Amino acid sequence: MPPFSLWVYLSASPLLWLSVTLIAWLAADALARLSGRHPLVNPVLIAVVFVAALLKLTGTEYKTYFDGAQFVHFLLGPATVALAVPLYRNWPLVRRNLLPIAAALAVGSVTAIASGLAIAASFGMPRSVLVSLAPKSVTAGVAMAIAEGLGGEPALTAVLVIATGIIGAVLVTPLMNALGIKDYAARGFAVGLASHGIGTARAFTVDPIAGTFSGIAMGLNAVVTAIVAPLLLRLL
Amino acid sequence: MIRGFVLLLLCQLAGETVSRGLSLPVPGPVLGLVLLFLGLQAFQRLRRLDPEAVGQAEVGRVAVGLLQNLALLFVPAGAGVVQHLGLVAEHGLALAAALVGSTGITLLITVLVFTAVARRHCRLAGGPGA
Repeated sequence: MPPFSLWVYLSASPLLWLSVTLIAWLAADALARLSGRHPLVNPVLIAVVFVAALLKLTGTEYKTYFDGAQFVHFLLGPATVALAVPLYRNWPLVRRNLLPIAAALAVGSVTAIASGLAIAASFGMPRSVLVSLAPKSVTAGVAMAIAEGLGGEPALTAVLVIATGIIGAVLVTPLMNALGIKDYAARGFAVGLASHGIGTARAFTVDPIAGTFSGIAMGLNAVVTAIVAPLLLRLL
Repeated sequence: MIRGFVLLLLCQLAGETVSRGLSLPVPGPVLGLVLLFLGLQAFQRLRRLDPEAVGQAEVGRVAVGLLQNLALLFVPAGAGVVQHLGLVAEHGLALAAALVGSTGITLLITVLVFTAVARRHCRLAGGPGA
């Protein structure tokens, strides 16, 4: 097969783009490990930039890419279910903290939606973007469903969700250290609420208790945001 | 390992069925999480499992493997940014301000509420824990 036909074949095959996704991740994760898991060296950010640049350079459609990458994307659902395992392991600690969890969930969830909407609205963003932005702190699949139900653009929501996750994962360690907060349950809960699974992944690299509370916050905020986001959008 | 994965999928499937069937605001995977958690607790009551042993169980090993690589799972959706480069170029500053500002404020308020209530609760209960 001549090189060009080979490329035409491979560039349309799920095999190539699945491999690219996994290799980009391995390289990004190796960089993050080399940096000693420095918060700024976020592996999701590096892998996304690498994949996006490659798609642009080769003129590949996102849909073609996703045909291969969907096998990775699909695992988001089972991974959410898997959070039951650390929750079960640490249940006595969670039970002792039910009151702080309920309070932080109620206040944090409203803050996440309202502050994003308020800042974006002050810049005069169009309503379609605001609707897509409202569920940004919630894990990708859920946020896309919420945005779609409200008349937003799910694909845009997915990108805003990933960006929010990366920002939270980068901010959380320096911010919490600056505040002098040593309660890893509280730190984890905050990052899971603000930055869903990417925040939770960061929390698990810092401390297992932080990871568990982050996973709890992510699950609970998915439910609360689905109920609160439509109400807050009506106020705009 | 396959058994553990099947258990996760079945919980998700049951969650999706209930969520879509009853049009609940709670997403299917979150209901699946609750279902698996209740199942693990039920097994513990039957003395077939304890919080230490779950790590060695098939479902525990699959769960830990998935959660250790959780961040990878967001890469495909994140690469979707290539479809929105126009919007990023046009509203990049406003979007960055909204996302960074809102995420920072949310982290701050959430952690302060959590620690304030935990401290108060701990004092009232008179015990350690938080």
